[in-house]
Amino acid sequence: MSLFHNRLKDIHNQLVNKQLKVSELVNESYDRIQQVDSKVKAFLTLDEENARTSAAKLDELLEHSSERGLLYGLPAGIKDNIVTEGLRTTCASQFLSNFDPIYDATVMKKLKAAQSITIGKINMDEFAMGGSNENSSFHPTHNPWNTEYVPGGSSGGSAAAVAADEVYFALGSDTGGSIRQPAAYCGVVGLKPTYGLVSRFGLVAFASSLDQIGPITKNVEDNAYVLQTIAGYDVMDSTSANVDIPDYLSALTGDVKGLKIGVPKEYLGEGIDPNVKNSILEALKVLEGLGAEWEEVSLPHTEYAVATYYLLASSEASSNLARFDGVRYGVRTENPDNLLDVYLKSRSEGFGQEVKRRIMLGTYSLSSGYYDAYYLKAQKVRTLIKQDFDKVFEKYDVVIGPTAPTTAFKMGSQINDPLTMYLNDICTIPVSLAGIPAISVPCGFVEGLPVGMQIIGKAFDESAVLRVAHAYEQSTEFHQKRPQV
Amino acid sequence: MSISIKDVEHVAKLARLDLNEKEKNQFTKQLNAILQYAEKLNELDTDNIQPTTHVLELTNVMREDETRESLPLKKVFLNAPEEEDGQIRVPAVLE
Amino acid sequence: MSTTKFETVIGLEVHVELHTNSKIFCGCSTEFGAPPNSHTCPICLGYPGVLPVLNKKAVEFAMKAAMALNCEIATESKFDRKNYFYPDSPKAYQISQFDKPIGENGWIDIEIDGHTKRIGITRLHLEEDAGKLTHVDGGYASLVDFNRVGTPLVEIVSEPDLRSPEEARLYLEKLKAIIQYCDVSDVKMEQGSLRCDANISIRPFGQKEFGTRAELKNMNSFSGVKKGLEYEEWRQADVIYSGEEVVQETRRWDESKGKTFSMRGKEESHDYRYFPDPDLVQLYIDDEWKERVRASIPELPDSRKKRYTEQFDLPSYDAEVITTSKHLADFFEESLQYTKDAKSVSNWMMGDLLGYLNANNLELSDVKVTGKGLGEMIDLIEKGTISSKIAKQVFKEMIESGKAPQTIVEEKGLVQISDEGAIKTIVEQIIEKNPQSVSDYKSGKQKAIGFLVGQVMKETKGKANPGLVNKLIKKCID
Repeated sequence: MSLFHNRLKDIHNQLVNKQLKVSELVNESYDRIQQVDSKVKAFLTLDEENARTSAAKLDELLEHSSERGLLYGLPAGIKDNIVTEGLRTTCASQFLSNFDPIYDATVMKKLKAAQSITIGKINMDEFAMGGSNENSSFHPTHNPWNTEYVPGGSSGGSAAAVAADEVYFALGSDTGGSIRQPAAYCGVVGLKPTYGLVSRFGLVAFASSLDQIGPITKNVEDNAYVLQTIAGYDVMDSTSANVDIPDYLSALTGDVKGLKIGVPKEYLGEGIDPNVKNSILEALKVLEGLGAEWEEVSLPHTEYAVATYYLLASSEASSNLARFDGVRYGVRTENPDNLLDVYLKSRSEGFGQEVKRRIMLGTYSLSSGYYDAYYLKAQKVRTLIKQDFDKVFEKYDVVIGPTAPTTAFKMGSQINDPLTMYLNDICTIPVSLAGIPAISVPCGFVEGLPVGMQIIGKAFDESAVLRVAHAYEQSTEFHQKRPQV
Repeated sequence: MSISIKDVEHVAKLARLDLNEKEKNQFTKQLNAILQYAEKLNELDTDNIQPTTHVLELTNVMREDETRESLPLKKVFLNAPEEEDGQIRVPAVLE
Repeated sequence: MSTTKFETVIGLEVHVELHTNSKIFCGCSTEFGAPPNSHTCPICLGYPGVLPVLNKKAVEFAMKAAMALNCEIATESKFDRKNYFYPDSPKAYQISQFDKPIGENGWIDIEIDGHTKRIGITRLHLEEDAGKLTHVDGGYASLVDFNRVGTPLVEIVSEPDLRSPEEARLYLEKLKAIIQYCDVSDVKMEQGSLRCDANISIRPFGQKEFGTRAELKNMNSFSGVKKGLEYEEWRQADVIYSGEEVVQETRRWDESKGKTFSMRGKEESHDYRYFPDPDLVQLYIDDEWKERVRASIPELPDSRKKRYTEQFDLPSYDAEVITTSKHLADFFEESLQYTKDAKSVSNWMMGDLLGYLNANNLELSDVKVTGKGLGEMIDLIEKGTISSKIAKQVFKEMIESGKAPQTIVEEKGLVQISDEGAIKTIVEQIIEKNPQSVSDYKSGKQKAIGFLVGQVMKETKGKANPGLVNKLIKKCID
């Protein structure tokens, strides 16, 4: 059994009691990567030397200090759109294939302060655009449960690496479902925090008004530990919320008696795989058994969410990705004739199809004459979508539904059909537009592939989301199942 | 509204993307499909709805006027494709 | 070629760098003249993952300037992205303000031909400055210095109310003075902290519609603005006289050639795709904040000018000149703490002081002389300690060394000779040496006495009290 199947608390106890060394944890990571990553392909860059040095230091520290960070010695995988000083960060794009950041993201500083160990940088859809990891410029990541299937995306590498025991935990980023959907596809726990809870400083921007960094772990308790570490106000991020961070671990009481759950009919209607729907209904029964109550509710603007999201996210992306111009960093085209050539060729050679497509869509929606019809209209519909949730949360504590309409799909099956691919995010996108927190936890299997249940909470009520997820997890065994890679 | 190849060429120019013929055709088709799908939004009356730019209603997030240390030049040029005399070099603007 | 058939219509877009310590969205210094790229960080270099955080001082400086220009101050303001690719713009968008600028609907008054004319100000908004390109290899390549990127900038857009290049120059002078009084910018055109673009068109007198305008760039001095606009109004008239039509375009003023040149080719369909910057939050400027900033605005040039004419009886022209710069006006007021003679202070300032500064291409802040010094010197003249003539020499020394007038007078032994006995001896010598002049005087040629006085002054190296000399000569001859 992998060391990584232990809970964080148990690992810490073993470290303290000298039954385990940090070096062993780090060895476990690299051994496992050696063993399975040729099949999973979750990693883009390994930071082995530094990781081993850090491990040795932490082992040394254990000898004469009792002070330990919250994530002491835990091997972490970092999605490759989170910048790491001195450690190559490519966003899985050819354009940044030679890029070495000159500063650390705020979350990296927090992880370092909590004394986790960075194992390496993890694959993703290029610039976080995609839901299958097939848009990585380098290679797709495979689903550890069945390597012919996608791991989801865009944090597919992060979810796969955790599922395949290559790291203890991983950081992902979520713009329209990019943590939750791959967590669902890979049978792990992924949380997208409330917009503004975790600093975006150092997260390479895709859609600034939606992006959030969040933890991907094997169980809810570990997820709470990582969230505790990375949450909090950051003066470097103007959109970061200056709120008190609660003790998330103390929220994990197992008690959901009297909890009111709203289940949106739109999340269980047309387009949802009946097997997925069944898993969710079964999960609701489990929660009922624990004393919670659920009722069907409506989020009437759900059907408009995908269009709204693609207009807004692509518009912001078209501007955010303009800085990749070949002037100051990244791969500049060889032998350009003139400046225009530097721009046109560096960008065309550096970006993949999905990225180009979204830049095109976003540029078009912002361009003169179309702004009101597309961008502004979408911003207004966003208000309606947010109001849907506000209304439901007047009566209910959490909202529950599937994370994705289906389980993971076969690699290559949707790559040429962007619109269908976009519709995979129908259950996660409205939550992103509303800026509220949601977690995906394993709640079943269909033909050997995991199903994820999404638990959605009020803004900054991560505690409720974690509490429900944890109570459910304690009553089921789905999270203990491991893929055979 | 439907997008022509000409529109795609214009947008590509604005976005500084050099598209080949195949991409132009493909994007014309795909963008039309996506925008057609987005027409859905017009079913909604949003005349009296405020647009959402930020989900959090934050105002006046500011810092004091204090200087911080700048980067050493070595770091400024660590990733530079072309450097000359402590500056980034680029081919001339086409005039 | 005559342009008299046409009326010129000009609107100015002025960019003013605010002299905060740090940049608008990061902590790098805004210091001018540092080695290239030494004032940069991941944020102003537009590195992946960085975010802007607004400098409060920049907002307050912009508010202050907008208030001084009589603008209405927005209660809700925000920042937008202006998207365009250029190597001096690291993010490929400039953070600016599109539809909710800090200030709108302002005005300033200029004095033209003895009349006051009010020039409307459409808007004042806050944005970030770009970097600097230097062309090398005969224009085949450019080098980029990002030091200036992120320096806070206000753009001040006037209404098309200006009717001549001279009005444009006066507007710019007044604008500069007001901004300088507010102490929010160095407003030095030669260092680029004040930059001016112009929209100019001409139309037949009496026509209501504007003619087709040209946007004029690269006017790097006040005289350049005037000359560039003069050339351009002539050129447009010439185009129309030749039966052609003025084209809407951007033109570049070439100071050395004295001409404007079309910048076509660089022009492309501008579509800046403005949208609210999702990385920054809304500004809410409540009344309390507005009033706090308003309270920090000092007395402005127009008000000072009015006060100088009323309180000190200064001619309007003198008051205008002295109030063009806050330094000058402060200097003037400081002098008046040491002498009561305002007109005399004004004369010394407009004559010797500005003459010296202009001749040496200096600003008042570049020299050491103080208002106190000038006041004390005038006091010395009034007391008869030095003559006005000697004072010229003393004042020059004061400008150059910054020494107090008393010190200079003592060090150089310039105290006026007012001792009757001492002067009388010299007067007698002079009379003896110049019998012709004496007889000329006696025969009624009043001018002759001037010559004799001059001789005495020469003999005493200018130190004799001229009034006394005059009196003694007459006394001796009569």
